[in-house]
Amino acid sequence: MGHTKEQLLTRLQELQIDFPRYEHPVVLTVEAQAKYVGHLKGALSKNLFLKDKKQRFYIVSALAETKVDLKVLSQRLGLGKGGLRMAPEEALAEILQVPLGCVTPFALVNESARHVSLLLDQGIKSQECCFFHPLSNDMSITVNARDLDKFLTSIGKNPAYVDLEANPPVGKDQPPDLATLVPSDAKIVAEPPEKQVSSQGPERNHLSVNNHPKVITVAKAVKPSNASTKEKSPDAVNLSISYADPDKFVQEILEKTTSIVLSEIKEENIERNGEQLATIVSNNISKQLGLELKNIATIFKNTAYTEGFKAGIHHQPKRM
Amino acid sequence: MENQNKEEEEEQIVTPWEVAAEKGGKIDYDKLIDKFGCQRLDQSLIDRVAALTRRSPHVFLRRGVFFAHRDFSDVLDAYERGEKFYLYTGRGPSSEALHLGHLVPFMFTKYLQDAFKVPLVIQLTDDEKCMWKNLTVEESQRLARENAKDIIACGFDVSRTFIFSDFDYVGGSFYKNMVRIAKCVTYNKVVGIFGFSGEDHIGKVSFPPVQAAPSFPSSFPHLFSGKDSLRCLIPCAIDQDPYFRMTRDVAPRLGYHKPALIESLFFPALQGETGKMSASDPNSAIYVTDSAKDIKNKVNRYAFSGGQDSIENHRKYGANLEVDIPIKYLGFFLEDDAELEYIRTEYGAGRMLTGEVKKRLIEVLTELVERHRRARAAVTDEMVDAFMAVRPLPNMFS
Repeated sequence: MGHTKEQLLTRLQELQIDFPRYEHPVVLTVEAQAKYVGHLKGALSKNLFLKDKKQRFYIVSALAETKVDLKVLSQRLGLGKGGLRMAPEEALAEILQVPLGCVTPFALVNESARHVSLLLDQGIKSQECCFFHPLSNDMSITVNARDLDKFLTSIGKNPAYVDLEANPPVGKDQPPDLATLVPSDAKIVAEPPEKQVSSQGPERNHLSVNNHPKVITVAKAVKPSNASTKEKSPDAVNLSISYADPDKFVQEILEKTTSIVLSEIKEENIERNGEQLATIVSNNISKQLGLELKNIATIFKNTAYTEGFKAGIHHQPKRM
Repeated sequence: MENQNKEEEEEQIVTPWEVAAEKGGKIDYDKLIDKFGCQRLDQSLIDRVAALTRRSPHVFLRRGVFFAHRDFSDVLDAYERGEKFYLYTGRGPSSEALHLGHLVPFMFTKYLQDAFKVPLVIQLTDDEKCMWKNLTVEESQRLARENAKDIIACGFDVSRTFIFSDFDYVGGSFYKNMVRIAKCVTYNKVVGIFGFSGEDHIGKVSFPPVQAAPSFPSSFPHLFSGKDSLRCLIPCAIDQDPYFRMTRDVAPRLGYHKPALIESLFFPALQGETGKMSASDPNSAIYVTDSAKDIKNKVNRYAFSGGQDSIENHRKYGANLEVDIPIKYLGFFLEDDAELEYIRTEYGAGRMLTGEVKKRLIEVLTELVERHRRARAAVTDEMVDAFMAVRPLPNMFS
């Protein structure tokens, strides 16, 4: 479940952040917001929620006057030209868990937004304070850059200030200067809404919803997985989950094995081989699947080890 | 192989930074072995490997992709006596995009790890690329981590593998070995081996010990403490030989075994042996990020064919297998010896057409790339952290 405005405000107070707050009717645009708070102390911000072709998400928080060119940003991030688009509405609800018109850096407090990259306009640093929505658009609060950083650090994010209007050349000898801000974790994207049956929040681990496991038969050319960006991410999610979950792992093994058995046990083969068929089929299974299964078993082992490693480094020694 | 070029003074150039055949020809590997002074990997060694590991030798051994060595038979002798060894290989992370040629040494190293059940250290020379390719420190570190993911996707066992980047790891015992090595190599010697000039910056000149140090077990006290006599086997492409000749020269003076080498051919560019695979020409190689459509396109359009120019001629004379790229690539990646033999015979006799060979290659490559991509998708940042953590590997020899 996403954080509420109250939860966020409490958290900010706990961090000893001072923030004037202003309530107003729900606003969906910067212009509308300006009508209610434009005369008050603080710079207005515009917040964009963006997505790239590999289903990675970004929040760009800029001063209202700063010019943001998505084509330039896309190149600076190393995504090529036209690699950045406005994220669809559903993503707003699923990932940031805020209503329309309410994109705000504070949305990163939500677990679902863990892998969203935040780009902050360096102009924010030179302002005394800046207006943001606190997870709901019937209120605006102002904070200064230092407090914003404090908040971001408290949720484990590294504040990244960028000169959004800069347009440095990007080429073979000039690597994209913002490439480090591209999220590089395994893709975590909630399934498109039609597929989700029960849960509302993007609980990625509830893949019991996905009742159509992949059958990967060996030696068959696979369809291009980059053909449409929509298809790619559910595959990647399925993958990293199946390698952490013994059920899914065994399921994949059984599917591959049974598909070979089923394809080999045909009338013509029964006729031809009679009693030998069993030996032949099992030899084929070993031959065709041996290597494949060893590979996925290694990935399973590596995944388990990694989980243990991570637990180990965060392990708290026993209190004496 | 008769070479009219014996008359010509111009030699082929093979260094870690440049590979060029003689005047538009192919690389002469026999000459190279002679010049470098390493040994051919003959069938008897391959048979020994099969017997010792009790499994079929890797396709790269059977097809002569890994074709030269130094002291590999000593390593096998020691292994027979129960003395283990460790593997050392590496990558210079200069670009995000890896192509199949980059994967070859890693695929072979994984086989060696599984077959002999030995540990492996993988060096990511981010400092080297920072210096030679003029990348920023941060960018080369980032590329190192990204490349690590593709390397992990080749299937290495985390309980036996330590991946490290120079910027992270150099220091402590590793640095002490670097200095010991550096003291044994004169400036004139590195200039002679690597061709440095007065204009090259001092970073380049002092880099060779960094790539040499992993050959000595004491560089990894968290892994091999007390095992100073542990042997090291280095699978690499033959252009890395100069680095390790220098290391082998130094080793006895420091009281270590000389590292053994097992060396591979160069992976040919799509356009043919004389073409060069270059990062700026995406059509010169198949990348691990290529889609099935890309692979199909690249092979069909750019793979250099040894077939004749017309079907009649082709049926009459058959294909020139020496220069045909699809046949060469199948030699690397088609596991089934019998099928490859069949294709070579039929294609060489003109009964099979280029299109069919290319079609089979596309299937093989697509499956390979797809499997790699799936494995890559399962590699998280945490997994990279685990592989790169300086930690003991308690079961590395079991």
